[in-house]
Amino acid sequence: MGLTGIQIFKLLPKTNCKECGSPTCLAFAMALAGGKAELDKCPYVSDEAKATLSEASAPPIRGVKIGEKKIGEELVFYRHEKTFINPTAIACLVTDEMDDAEVDAKINNLNTVTFERVGLELSADLLAIRNASGDAGKFEALVKKALGATEKGLILMSDNVDALEAGAKAANGKGALLYAATADNCDKVAAIAKENGASVVAKGGSVEEVSNFTSKIVAAGVKDIVLDCGATDLKSMFYNDNQVRRAALKAKNRDLGFPTIDLICDMTDDPYKEAMLANVAIAKYAGIIVMSDIDKERMLPLFVQRLNIYTDPQRPMVMDEGIYEINKPGPDSPVIITTNFALTYFIVAAEIEASRVPTWLLIMDVEGMSVLTAWSAGKFVADAMAPFVVKSGIKDKISHNKIIIPGYVAQISGEFQEELGSEWEVVIGTREASDLPAFLKAL
Amino acid sequence: MAFSALTEKYSGKMGTLTIGSGDQAVTVGGQATMPFATFDGELPNKPLIAMEVYDVVDPEWPAAVVDPFKDVINDPIAWAKKNISEYGAKAICLQLASTDPNGENKDAAYAADLVGKMLAAIDVPLLVWGSGNVEKDAEVLAKVCEVNEGKNLLVGPAVEENYKKIAAACLGYGHAVVSQSPIDVNMAKQMNILISNLGLPMEKIIMEPSTGALGYGVEYSYSVMERISLAALAQNDDKMQAPIINDLGKECWKAREVKLTEEEEPSFGPDMEKRGVLWEATTGIDMLLSGSNLLIMRNPKAVKLVEECIDELMA
Ligand code: SF4
Repeated sequence: MGLTGIQIFKLLPKTNCKECGSPTCLAFAMALAGGKAELDKCPYVSDEAKATLSEASAPPIRGVKIGEKKIGEELVFYRHEKTFINPTAIACLVTDEMDDAEVDAKINNLNTVTFERVGLELSADLLAIRNASGDAGKFEALVKKALGATEKGLILMSDNVDALEAGAKAANGKGALLYAATADNCDKVAAIAKENGASVVAKGGSVEEVSNFTSKIVAAGVKDIVLDCGATDLKSMFYNDNQVRRAALKAKNRDLGFPTIDLICDMTDDPYKEAMLANVAIAKYAGIIVMSDIDKERMLPLFVQRLNIYTDPQRPMVMDEGIYEINKPGPDSPVIITTNFALTYFIVAAEIEASRVPTWLLIMDVEGMSVLTAWSAGKFVADAMAPFVVKSGIKDKISHNKIIIPGYVAQISGEFQEELGSEWEVVIGTREASDLPAFLKAL
Repeated sequence: MAFSALTEKYSGKMGTLTIGSGDQAVTVGGQATMPFATFDGELPNKPLIAMEVYDVVDPEWPAAVVDPFKDVINDPIAWAKKNISEYGAKAICLQLASTDPNGENKDAAYAADLVGKMLAAIDVPLLVWGSGNVEKDAEVLAKVCEVNEGKNLLVGPAVEENYKKIAAACLGYGHAVVSQSPIDVNMAKQMNILISNLGLPMEKIIMEPSTGALGYGVEYSYSVMERISLAALAQNDDKMQAPIINDLGKECWKAREVKLTEEEEPSFGPDMEKRGVLWEATTGIDMLLSGSNLLIMRNPKAVKLVEECIDELMA
C-alpha cells in the first residue's frame, strides 16, 4: 500500500467505535498501512475513501493483458533488486498492404517459431495488424483472417477511427490492444475499446504529451492502457522507457503507471539492427516490442535474451533430473554425472556436444545448485549420488561400468566408489567444462 | 499528475583507464551515471571494443567465425592489421592461445617477442590475454611486460592464484592489468584490493567479473556488473571504481546455438552466420547495458552492430 498510516487515518471516520477490532481509528489505519488488516472491517468508511485507498494499493505499473499475454506490473529498475516480472511481449507486424503470401508467411512464423529451453517453450506473443491502406474494409478483412489464423493476441493499428472500430468489432471479446488513442481522438477510441473489451495504446510525441491524456482514457472507463511516447530511434526509445519507469516507480505518477510499447519495426529497415534495438528494449523496460518478422535466426538470441533478463535472480533455473543423451550415445559411451543447475547443464552439454563424443549425461536434482555449492551443502555427495545413479537406470543402457564425476569434487571419489560398490568404477573428470572435449576424446 | 523528467545523481564516479601510449592512447571509464544515461550526467568516454586475434586457432571453429579472416587466420599480425584497416578496429586483443600447456605450449620468450612485433605493426592500443592457464599465464605475461616495457599494454587476466606476479610486472614495467574474479561482487572488490595493495594504482586496473555468454550465464554477469556500478556510483566505494572489461568473443562462439547446423538442430534455422553474429552482438550490448567499458569481441559484423548502438546511445 502506497499510503502511510497517517494518510489513511485522515480518510477514516475518526469515531473510534472499535467495530473493526482495533481500539482506535488510528490503530486501524496503522494496521492497514502495515498490511495487517482489511479495509472491509470498518463498516463506516466512505465510498470515496475506499476508492482512494484501493487506488493507492494498486501496483505502480498496471498489469495489462492482450489476449493471453500479460505485461507490466514491474516493480524495480534492476533485476537484482527483486526480479523482472512479466517478460516483454514480442509482436510481429503485418499490414493490409502486404499480399496474402507475405501475411501468411509472417503469421506462420509467429505461430511456429519456438525453441525449447529449460523445459520452457520460447515463442513470440502477439500479432500487430496495421491499416497501412487507410481502407477500413481491407483492415477489417485482415483482422478477420488473422483471427482464424492465429491464437496469439492482437494489436490493431490504424489512424482511422472508423477502421479501428471495424477491427475492434471483428475482434470483440479477444482482448485486443487498439493502437492508438491520441490527445485528439482519445474519447472516441476509449469508447470503442470499452464497447469491445479492448485495451488502448495512448500515443503522443513525448512522455509529457502522453501523460496529459491517459487520465481521460481512464475516466472513459478503460484502465488497460499501454504507452507509446513517440520514440523513433534507439536513443529516444531508451530515454522514454527509462523516464516512464522512473515516473511510475519513483514519482508514483499514475498517469504514466502503464507498460510501454515500442514500434521497433518502424525505427530501422535493417533486420540485424532491429534485433539490437529489441535487445535494448527488453533489458531496458519495454512492455511490448513490434518486430517486422519472427525469423528463427534472430529470435533464437532474442528469446534467450528475454529469458535470461527476466529470470528470477533468487531462483536458479533448473533442469529435470534424469538421463540426457548427447550425440546419440550407445552401450560403450561414457557416463558423466553433474547437477541440475541449468547453467551447469548448458555449459557441460555444449562442451560434450562440441566434442562429438557420444555421451550419457546424468543430471541429478540438487535444487539447482552448481557442483561446488551442492557439494558444500551436502547435496552432491556420495551417499546421495549413489542411490540416484542406481535409480536412474543408466546401468541398463551401458555395457561398461565407468562413471565420471566433476573434477571439482575429486575428494568424494573414494567414498562414492564405496557407496556404489564394485559394480562401478568412479573416474575423476575435469574441473572446467572447457577441458571436457580433450578429456572425452582421450578416453 | 504533471510529468517532469527525473534525473539520477550519484556521489561517486567510475575511475578511468588508459591503454596505449602517445597519440594512440585511448581512455575508457570515468562515467558518473549508469550505462548510456546521458540524461543523468557525464559519460566522458565511449565504451571501447577490442577485436581479438589468436596466435593459434581451434581447427573446429565454424565457418562463420573463420570466414572474415580466412586469408590471415594463421598470422596474428596480418589478422590484426586486417581488423584495423578493413573492419575499423579501435583496439586489438592478442589472445596467446598457443602458450596453453595443454596445447602447443609455446614459451614466454616467444609470446614476448610476438607482442613486440605486434606493437610495431599496429597503431591502436594493444591488449594481451593469456591462455587461462594460471601458472603459465603468470610466467608468460610477466615476460611480455618486461620485454615490452613502457608500452602501457593492458595485460591479463590476473586471478587470485597468479595476480602477484602479473600485477608486479605491470607495476614494474608500466602496464595496466585485468583483475579477474569469479562472478561475485565481493570477490571483484577483493581482487582490486589485493592488486592495489601491491602498489598498482586503481587507474591501472580494469575488472573482468567473469563473462557469461547469452544463454550461458549472461544474466549473472549482468547483475554482478550492475551491482558493481551501483557500488561505485551510489555508494562511492573507491575499491569498486575500476572500469569493467568483458572477454566475450570466445564465450559466445562456443555456444551450441551458434555451432550446431540446421541438420543437427532444425529449430535453429539455416543461417549460422546470422545466429552467431547476433549471439555475440546480443551478449556485447547486454554487457554494455550493465556497465562494461571495454569489450573483447571477434566477429566484425557483431562489432559493428554494437558500435552503432554505442554511437547512437551516446549521441
Ligand atoms: S470501525 Fe472504522 S470508525 Fe470504527 S474504530 Fe474502526 S476504523 Fe474507526
